[in-house]
Amino acid sequence: MIKAIGKPLEEIVEMIGDSKKVLIAGCGGCVTVCEAGGDKEVKVLASSLRLYYANAGEEKELNEATVTRQCDVEYLNELSEIVDKCDVVVSLACGAGAQYMAERYNDKPVFPGVDTCFIGVNLERGVYSERCQACGKCILASTGGICPVARCSKRMLNGPCGGSEGGKCEVDKDIDCGWHLIYERLKTLGQLDRFEIPVDPKDWSTSRDGGPRKIVREDIKI
Amino acid sequence: MSLQTSSKLEKVLAAGHLAVTSECGPPRGCDGSVIEAKANLIKDCVDAINVTDNQTSVVRLCSLAACIRIKQMGLEPVLQMVTRDRNRIAMQSDILGAASFGINTMLCLTGDHQRFGDHPNSANVFDLDSTQLLQTVRKMRDEGKLLSDFEMKDPPRMFVGAAANPFADPFEIRVPRLAKKVAAGAQFIQTQCIYNMKKFKEWMKLVRDRGLHEKVAILAGITPIKSVGMAKYMKNRVAGLDVPDEIIKRIGGVPKENQAEEGIKLAVEQIRELKEEEGIRGFHIMAIEWEEKVPEIVERAGLHPRPKTSD
Amino acid sequence: MRLQYPTSVQIVKVPCTGRVDIIHMLKAFEEGADGVFVAGCMEGDCHYLAGNIRARQRVKRVKEILDKVGIGSGRVEMFNLSAGMGGRWAEIAREMTERITQLGPSPIRIAREKGQSSAGEKAA
Repeated sequence: MIKAIGKPLEEIVEMIGDSKKVLIAGCGGCVTVCEAGGDKEVKVLASSLRLYYANAGEEKELNEATVTRQCDVEYLNELSEIVDKCDVVVSLACGAGAQYMAERYNDKPVFPGVDTCFIGVNLERGVYSERCQACGKCILASTGGICPVARCSKRMLNGPCGGSEGGKCEVDKDIDCGWHLIYERLKTLGQLDRFEIPVDPKDWSTSRDGGPRKIVREDIKI
Repeated sequence: MSLQTSSKLEKVLAAGHLAVTSECGPPRGCDGSVIEAKANLIKDCVDAINVTDNQTSVVRLCSLAACIRIKQMGLEPVLQMVTRDRNRIAMQSDILGAASFGINTMLCLTGDHQRFGDHPNSANVFDLDSTQLLQTVRKMRDEGKLLSDFEMKDPPRMFVGAAANPFADPFEIRVPRLAKKVAAGAQFIQTQCIYNMKKFKEWMKLVRDRGLHEKVAILAGITPIKSVGMAKYMKNRVAGLDVPDEIIKRIGGVPKENQAEEGIKLAVEQIRELKEEEGIRGFHIMAIEWEEKVPEIVERAGLHPRPKTSD
Repeated sequence: MRLQYPTSVQIVKVPCTGRVDIIHMLKAFEEGADGVFVAGCMEGDCHYLAGNIRARQRVKRVKEILDKVGIGSGRVEMFNLSAGMGGRWAEIAREMTERITQLGPSPIRIAREKGQSSAGEKAA
């Protein structure tokens, strides 16, 4: 899922500025799972802000609302009454949801309350790790189910580089060398012969490099 | 053996000599005379001069410009190119630019991550990796085509090499990786600098077992140690380097003012030892900011004078 | 044991301090509490295994928030004691009351009493 982390309080205070009526809008999707922008986090943020403004002697109205998710208009619509009453919205959804909120309520400033980080997995509660770069052309079948685009710091397709040491990446001791992992996995699967064939340059046009992407499913569209 | 390019390095190797290359680190400013000075220091004791490409992600005068200058001095540059900073468009373009000045030898590298340099916040490119760059150079030379299959009227003819690190992990991958680079078109290899002789010879044995030493010319990397501090730094702070404790002990065991000489002695010993190693076709001497010692090392190792080749 | 402890301490009983969440502590301050302390079992003795560990983590987080909003982390604290340590309980209650007295009334309480409505209504 998408992993995000809450922005520092002072950044959110700066975004709110002089606005008087604020809606803190949470999302029941990915940001709930990574405990960055769900209902619990909305409540804590709103409460923290109330304490902040009370201490600063500033009058603010902090409203709270969480919807199933912010990347679908039908759920954003549920907020129309309360958004109407507010001056600004702080969306705790991921970048996609926050933008969709801004699109739906385009006459209100919508601020991001979290930093959206990556597509990843839960190693344990509170520890999330990147796994996918959404390159648009998945090559997992040839790399033993481990993605070199997301897990190699240099996104090499013919790795590892000469900086791989002790199974760790030269960039940071906490980062596993993606190609070390791929090698071990191919060994386990008995597919080491894949290792010696040079992999051709990747077509990055299906990735961010090709421009903003869109999927149109004619088979689903009504 | 028919030559594929006008590269002096190719000629020296084809004639069966041990080749000697060294490197020149460009300055962090635009004074080209620094390059001239370094090149002049080593020109009589090497067959070709590598120019590093923003090594360790630190911005320096670009390799291409420095190589052009060296070529115009009548010397043989080796254009090092990393894939960290340029996409396939820029790299093919730079190769054409290099070839237009007669530059005929290049080394394909992936490059250190920008985290190590002075611009850690920059985006990186890595459109291709070093193996794919080798494929690209070979395609340009042997098929006369760009990666897009565009046929060039005047294709560049590069003698192309790659780097190998016998000391990185996992060890069992290191020879398959070399095999892959050879399959992709590497004609010569410059290894990471050697201190762990035992491990290096293990690697060479595996290389020979696969017959790779006959497919690619391996130049052993030698870096003279200036001081015990340098040795310790390389051991602890540089990824992919293997500096055994006996080396630290040896250099540290002599008084400070003698450590540099001990380092040179060690480098010369290493070269002499590896001259006897089957499959070693030459040496790549990396004396970072110590270029003035290269002539002495080459001399004492019995590799001077350099063979003359026809133009 | 019928030991004395300050009357200003209001007790909220929970089956385990693991039940106490960040929002509960923040709400107390919103409502004008001058200080909050969480008294849990000795570490390693939690009947629910790690409830008191979670409580400690949450108290730490609330401290960070209180520092950020300008109220001060000293107003919230975590203590560990067993149910049989009546003397320790009284001691903690006195210690915390002493600390809060030194810190003075919470700025939030002062603001509330001044009639400035800073707390918004919860909606939807």
